[in-house]
Formats: sequence, structure tokens, C-alpha cells
Amino acid sequence: MDSAVFSLLGAFLLSIIGLFVFIWSLRKGLLVENPTAASVIFAHGEVGQVDDPALQGAAQASMQQAAKEGGLQAHAADAAELLDRISSDRSTAFPVFMFITFACMWLVVGSAAGLISSIKLHEPDWLTDYAWLTFGRIRTVHLTGVLYGWITNAALGMIVWLLPRLLRTRLYGAIWVMLGGALINMGIAGGIGAIATGWNDGMEYLEIPWQIAIFMFAGFALVILPVLYTLVNRKVSHLYVSVWYMTAALLWIALLFLVGKMPGVHTGVQQATTNWWYGHNVLGLWFTPVSVGAIYYFLPKVIGRPIRSYNLSLLGFWTLAFFYGQVGGHHLIGGPVPGWLITLSIVQSVMMVIPVIAFSINMGATLRGRMHLARYSPTLRFMMFGGLMYLASSLQGSLEALRSVNQITHFTHFTVAHAHLGAYAFVTMVLFGAIYFMMPRVLNWEWPYPKLITLHFWLAAVGAMIYFIGLTIGGWLQGVAMLDAARPFMASVEVTLPYLQWRSVGGSLMVLSHLVFVGHFLAMALRFGPGRAGAALFWPNEPQSTELGAAHGK
Amino acid sequence: MENEVKLASGAMVALGIATAALVVMPYMQVRDIKPPPQLKGYTSAQLRGREVYIANGCVYCHSQQPRDRNFGPDAERGWGRASVPGDYFYDKPHLLGSMRTGPDLFNIGARQPSKDWHLGHLYQPRAYVPGSIMPSYPYLFVVKDAKDAESEGETPLALPPAYGPNVGQVVVPTPQALDLVKYLQGLNHTYPVLPPAPKP
Repeated sequence: MDSAVFSLLGAFLLSIIGLFVFIWSLRKGLLVENPTAASVIFAHGEVGQVDDPALQGAAQASMQQAAKEGGLQAHAADAAELLDRISSDRSTAFPVFMFITFACMWLVVGSAAGLISSIKLHEPDWLTDYAWLTFGRIRTVHLTGVLYGWITNAALGMIVWLLPRLLRTRLYGAIWVMLGGALINMGIAGGIGAIATGWNDGMEYLEIPWQIAIFMFAGFALVILPVLYTLVNRKVSHLYVSVWYMTAALLWIALLFLVGKMPGVHTGVQQATTNWWYGHNVLGLWFTPVSVGAIYYFLPKVIGRPIRSYNLSLLGFWTLAFFYGQVGGHHLIGGPVPGWLITLSIVQSVMMVIPVIAFSINMGATLRGRMHLARYSPTLRFMMFGGLMYLASSLQGSLEALRSVNQITHFTHFTVAHAHLGAYAFVTMVLFGAIYFMMPRVLNWEWPYPKLITLHFWLAAVGAMIYFIGLTIGGWLQGVAMLDAARPFMASVEVTLPYLQWRSVGGSLMVLSHLVFVGHFLAMALRFGPGRAGAALFWPNEPQSTELGAAHGK
Repeated sequence: MENEVKLASGAMVALGIATAALVVMPYMQVRDIKPPPQLKGYTSAQLRGREVYIANGCVYCHSQQPRDRNFGPDAERGWGRASVPGDYFYDKPHLLGSMRTGPDLFNIGARQPSKDWHLGHLYQPRAYVPGSIMPSYPYLFVVKDAKDAESEGETPLALPPAYGPNVGQVVVPTPQALDLVKYLQGLNHTYPVLPPAPKP
């Protein structure tokens, strides 16, 4: 049979399957909107109340006023459900605080290492006397520190905080979660130490020696099992979409890590495909679903309005689950790997447009007429920035996977810029927003210096944009120079130099923003700032609020 | 959606498909590949050198996968023919790389066979390639008094005058530097390979 028959047959089968899916979705009522499901993140009567614990009482009141002008009416929320939420929060406070504290520490370590690596690329004779400071090692310390240390810890903290809330239950087995967290962080610390001394497994994203990775896997298992147990013992019948994203992400990362780190199984070219199956899935099936799930919770919660289309969010989930896992091969375009694999990955990379557009339409519609609230709410500001950058980075990624574009951008700094658009401008900003929302509930103390939040946001956002735009241009010019046989290879190096310097400028702003953030976090944890008897917890127009606040403060 | 079993099984199926496509199928496809007859396994010195290459993260700037002519001028730059899966038969872990901040190294041994060049270039890349942004690796070398080095039977580096140490001193490579250079010199995949057999 020739390819024409194959493609005809394929198209026929696809349309039949599509037809069945359509009939099935009609029967399940998936094409009818489902506002009840979208509202499970609110207590009864809570819809219409803005909620951002990062704001002090007066600031939140003016935000509520601004929301009212847009037509939202607040009612008194069901006190019993709020009490449930408080007991959920109380059961997770300790483990969440532990994860976020580790995350903050690794953020400072990891981003400082990143800045050092960035400067080394245009000052190659700087700090060359010590092996652990050489570019190849400190760059990997940076990667391990921010990917596993910062993002993974912050994501775990957020999951552990959010799931009991969404399931209206307490966290079961908090002590095991904490033990798991301790093991994971021992693994990260050991891994970073090993990399700095020159002991690594030699594969990008999988550098942590497998002997040390055993601790991390055990840690993941100890976090996941109590979370699953909590899931089974939930008190709600409906699982909100964030629960889907986060539970699936937890299962995915554990299996990815297990298969990717399996010693002695993978070899040669197959090891390369496994390497990139893992490398891209860490972003696609761990960071992305966790962050998307976070936006699906925090954004509607802050503005007090359920997401516009709940079913669209489920479409986004399943398309992400099925397409994202197979995109890793686009890292090997032009390499010595089977052609069908590359083509499959390119196709699925382009298919990723579907979940991203579904997400963006949904968020845009939810925010309609509420965008101005970002002026009030720090959480919302971070979430909106992150969501927008998700759209940007994912669309860019789909384009970048096309052979014609990839030919230029492959092997250049363009890819590095893209990675930072995803992992920083999207994921990290979302995590910042989530931490600003969570910590007042966790520590029962308000952020002491609200102006620092604004400073943090602008330093990080401007830094990331300088970084991204500069390096994107530099990477593109590098790729064009490298493809021109008439120009010597060194031309592709020289052309990047000014952009590498801009990267260091952007990176410095980002590091500075992290110092502001972590300093603020420490000030909060050490109870600095104006003293308050308990945070201004729930909405003051309900009679129970003082009582509830006091209950939370115990 | 109410069912956590549906959620978990759906998530696992999605990951299973991805794993089948990117891990299992390539495994079945390349596991029976034989090494090309002219490809030699690594000597123990080269393997040690390969560990130095891995430990210092050379892979983050240097790829080892020349591409086909219709993808770019890799061959014109002297990086060699497009690589095939058999070329990587002895590579554990693989070092294909994803960046070309520096040139591809899959055939560096053929392109630059000189031990002296490699040692000097590792000590100070800018002495050999003006404008290079490769880090220098002084920690792979020892600076000694010329007399001591001579009495210990060491072979000092022949560096361009402006880049050498102080008068009366010489730069001596450590065993790691020597192993690394042996590995680099051994990176030679210029032997011909047959194009894949035509499909029946």
C-alpha cells in the first residue's frame, strides 16, 4: 500500500472516531455548560466575593468595591463550609510551610548560580580556578536548583495546600508528606553537591546521579500516597478541574522520574529519545499542568467569579494529557533518530495549540470586565501575567517544532530563551502568585510590606522580558549565521555577545526580585511588620468573620 | 467528573502512549543495530576522558550529531557526515547534546588530531581561537617551576608566549587533562557507512 491509501484510511478512521466522540459528548451533556461544577471552589453564597489574602483589610475592601462596580454582588458565605476550609488549611500549614521555605532557599541558590553562568558566557575567564564554578557545572547547578529545588518544591507545597481545600477534607498523613519532602530535599542537596564535584549521570535534566535519585523517588512516593489517600477520603462528590491537573501531574512526575532514571536500561540513540521524552515531559506533564491547575483555582477565586466554561477546561486537560507527552522528539530534529518519531513529535507539538487556546479563551472570558482587579490584587497580577506567558510560550513552542523554524533555532540560545519564557515567565510567576495567596493562610500573618510585592512583580517581569527578548534575537542571529556556510563558525559566536550581556542584565533583575521576595518571606515568617491579631481572613461583611478569624488564629 | 479511577487511568494511558512512542518503540527499533565495522570501542584512557567530559559539562555547549546536508552546512564546516544510530553503539550515556555554543565535536579527532593543540586550547582557548567564549580550564593543569617539572619527567605545554605562566615556570597537564584529550582525539567517525537498505 502506498502512502496515499494510508492517509485516506487514516483520515477516514479519524473522522469516524471524531463522530463517536461527538455523539458521546452530546450524551454526557458535555456541550451544555456546567456552572455548578465550576463553582465548587466557592462556599455557598461566596460567589461574588473577591478574595486575596495578600491584601490587607482596607485594600481588599476597595477591591471588592471595584468588583461591585462591575456588577458583582457579595452575599454572606456559608459558615460551615468556611470552617471546613479553615480546618483544611490548618491540616496543611506545616508541610506547606516546609515546602515553600525549601523552595525559597533553592530559588536564591539556583538563580545566583544562573546569573554566574550567564556572566561566564561573555566573561569566559571569570572564576575559572575552581572546578565547581566552571560553566558546565554551575549551569547544571542552576538547572537542578531551580527546576527541582524551586519549582518542584513550590509546586508540591501548592498541591498539598490546594487539594484538601478542593476536596473539603483535611490532609491525611501530613507527617508522611513532610518526611517525603525531607527526602526530596536531601536528594536535591545531594544531587547539587554531586554535580558540583563532577559526579553526574551525563544527561540533560537527568544529571542527578541515580543513586541519589532513589531518595527523591522515595520522597515523591511518600508525598503522593497521602495525597491519594486524601483524595479517596474526600467530602465533595465533584472533583474540580485543578484536582485533575494536579493529581495527574503527581502521578506523571513520579513515573517519568522512575523510567528516566532507570540505570542500565537505556542505551545509545534510544537513550537520547528517552532523555527528551523525560526532558520535555518534566515541563509538559509536571510544571505545566500544576501551573494551569493553579490558575484554574486562584484566578476565579480572586475575582469571585466561576470560570466561564467548565467543559472547555476538561477539553484542555485531556488534550494536554494526550498531546504533550509525545512532543519530546522535537529536540532531536535532524538527529540520528527514526524519522517517524520526529514527525510524530512535530505533529503533537502543533496539536498543543488546542489545549492552550482552550485555556486562553476560558480565562479571557472569565476575566471579562474584571481585568482592572489586577490593579488591586497581587495574586491576580502574577496569575494573569503567567497565563498570558503560557499562551505565548506554548504557541512559540509549537512554531519552534516546525522543521523550517527548528532548522534555525536548534542548537542556539533561542531555545534557552524559550525555556525561560515557559519555566520563568509562566510557571515561576504563577507560583509566586500562589505563594502570595497561600502564605497569609499558612502563617496566619499578613505580608508585612505590601509595596515589596509590587517591586518584586515589576523586577521579575521586566527582568524576564529583557532576558527573553534579548536572547531570542541573539539566538535567531546565531542560528542564521550558523546555517550560512560562507561565514566562519566564530561569526555565530560573535553575533551573540551583546545579547548574552543583555541576558545578564535581565538575569540580574530577576535575581534581585528573588532577594526582595525571599527577604519579604523571611520577614513574614519571623513575624515582622505591623502586628495583627490574626490575618484579616474572610470577608468582613459576614458576621462570623471575626470568630472564624480567631478560630484560624489558634 | 466524579471518578478518581477514571482520572488516574486516563492519565496513565496518556503517559503510556507517550512512553510507547518515545521510549519503547525506539528501543525495539535500535536494539539490534550492530556497530559499523570500523568503529572501535573506547580504550580505558578514553573512557576516563569521557568521564571528564561529562563531569565538566562539555555537552552543554558541544553537540555530537552532525546533521544531513539539507539541514545545514555541517559537512562544509568539517563536522562530518550525518551520524547514524550505529555510531553511538559504545556511548553510555549518550552525549548528543542540544547546543552549539561551540562547534560539533563528533569528528574533532579527525579535524584536529594534535595533542598539543588540545592541551593548550583547554588551558587557554583564546590563545588559539581569538574571540572564543569557551571557559579556560586552569584546574586541569598544574603550574610548576621549570626545573621541578624537568626533574619529575613531566612534559610541559608548548603555549604561545603571551599566554604562558611567569618566567621560569611551566604548565603541566593533570592526568584528567591527558585522558580528556585522548577521548577528544578518538572522536573520529569519518569512516563510511552504508545508506539504509531500500525498502522492499
